Amino acid sequence: MMKERLRFRETRNMIFKFFIIVCTLISIIPLVLLIVYIFRQGISVINWHFLTSLPKPVGEAGGGILNALIGSLLIILVATMIAVPFGVSMGMYFSESSPNWVYKIAHLCVDVLQGIPSIVIGIIIYIWLVKPFGQFSAFSGSVALSFMMLPSIIKSTEETLKLVPHSLKEASLSLGVPYYKTMLRVIMPAGISGILNGIILGVARVAGETAPLLFTAFGNPFMSFNIFKPIASLPLIIFNYAISPYEDWHRLAWGASFILVSMVLILNIITKVTETRWKVQF
Amino acid sequence: MFLTLLVSSLPSIKALGWKFIYGKTWDPVSGEFGALSFLIGTLLTSTLALLISSPFSLTIGLFLGEYYPKGWFSSLLKNAVELLAGIPSVVYGFWGIYFIVPVVRSLEMKVGVAPYGVGILTASLILSIMIIPYSASLIRLVVSMVPESLKEAAYSLGATRFEVIRFIIIPYIRSGLSAGILLALGRALGETMAVTMLIGNTQAIPKSIFDTSDTMASVIANQFTEATGNVYFSALIETGLLLFVVTTIINIIGRNIIKRFES
Repeated sequence: MMKERLRFRETRNMIFKFFIIVCTLISIIPLVLLIVYIFRQGISVINWHFLTSLPKPVGEAGGGILNALIGSLLIILVATMIAVPFGVSMGMYFSESSPNWVYKIAHLCVDVLQGIPSIVIGIIIYIWLVKPFGQFSAFSGSVALSFMMLPSIIKSTEETLKLVPHSLKEASLSLGVPYYKTMLRVIMPAGISGILNGIILGVARVAGETAPLLFTAFGNPFMSFNIFKPIASLPLIIFNYAISPYEDWHRLAWGASFILVSMVLILNIITKVTETRWKVQF
Repeated sequence: MFLTLLVSSLPSIKALGWKFIYGKTWDPVSGEFGALSFLIGTLLTSTLALLISSPFSLTIGLFLGEYYPKGWFSSLLKNAVELLAGIPSVVYGFWGIYFIVPVVRSLEMKVGVAPYGVGILTASLILSIMIIPYSASLIRLVVSMVPESLKEAAYSLGATRFEVIRFIIIPYIRSGLSAGILLALGRALGETMAVTMLIGNTQAIPKSIFDTSDTMASVIANQFTEATGNVYFSALIETGLLLFVVTTIINIIGRNIIKRFES
């Protein structure tokens, strides 16, 4: 009787373990399928011509994604330039300030910002920047993306700077260095690796964002360097081509997806490597 | 931000009132804007996605937090799950069109309903893949925070591993579990692109999970740039406002639960 009960419990234990392992393996399948699929479809499309020419109308062979590639880079570059000063200074404030009510409210705002659906950010920027000027623009897209980058930059800056030892700051202050110089010349360089990591992570997060660009950067079939005009970008081009019925355009979209996914993966891997190698150690 | 949304949606709030929430028809031509069908569509897809993904994220959490916290396979798995979170949602949607749609279509043929291929089920499937990373990493965190002494006490009484998980770990992390699921829900509600590409975009109340439908986010994505007329435009903004409020509440609750769990 006792033995049977024990055997039952042992088998139940084994079955459960087996179940866990199987379920875990099953959940990796989509990832493997996705990556394999994109690579197989994407590699065949990509060549020098694909990267250096403009999209062609339906029916004509060839055509590339040069304008989307440049557009994406431009939008992200401007977004980073907007987000970094705000993000780093807010992170500094959080790491220096004591938890009073301003700190708490600002922290809550950052948390909320992180949770806002990206499409809602698109709407807000549309109301702020597109409607008053009466025109879609790359700049408004950059602003939308910079909002989405902020939380990761703020969090990583705060956490890194909190790790910088107090003695460093006190030593600098005791030598008569003014507070602002202490922050910029002593504390910032000590935590620069963590801050850079946060910035890269933020870029990786927004590089593939489509929803906020729908009503801000809008897309543009031609080459454009003007940030106050509509501009093409990789995620938008994937979306537009993917829902189109043309086989040619689907091929372009696969190529664009491949480039986008590899960009994001490489950025993520960079943060992983630097995170372990540059980790602030005192 | 909240104020911007509120001010811009005032025209539709004034014009439509509560009808916006329970109105069934969304007809820009006759000027009727009832968002009930999107609300139902959103709720259905997110709940279904949660139902599909929760068992998997729980098992991944237990696998990495309890069974195999170290080792090459676990770190590979951990990184793989994080990469899954990094892939852009348009790419998920595109892959879904090519890969999940045919699967669902053949399923629909077997069941005997109209084989659209796109619809609530398809959108939920892709959503569940997309939200696994978020809840799995959170569940892993809380599982690894269960005090060693509790588990050892149970083992010393002769409990098997299953019994430790069932009677010690699960009750201990219950609040953390619900936070993980809540945060995943917040993700799922706001997810736009992949859903827009796979849900079929029809504004009617769905009758089964194979029907095409629309979610709040996908309606905004599809119609925002085409909206003509003041009320139409602000009705879409009001949809955004609703989305904003709901996801914000969910996120704040989820984060508070985690904070309480950590302290």
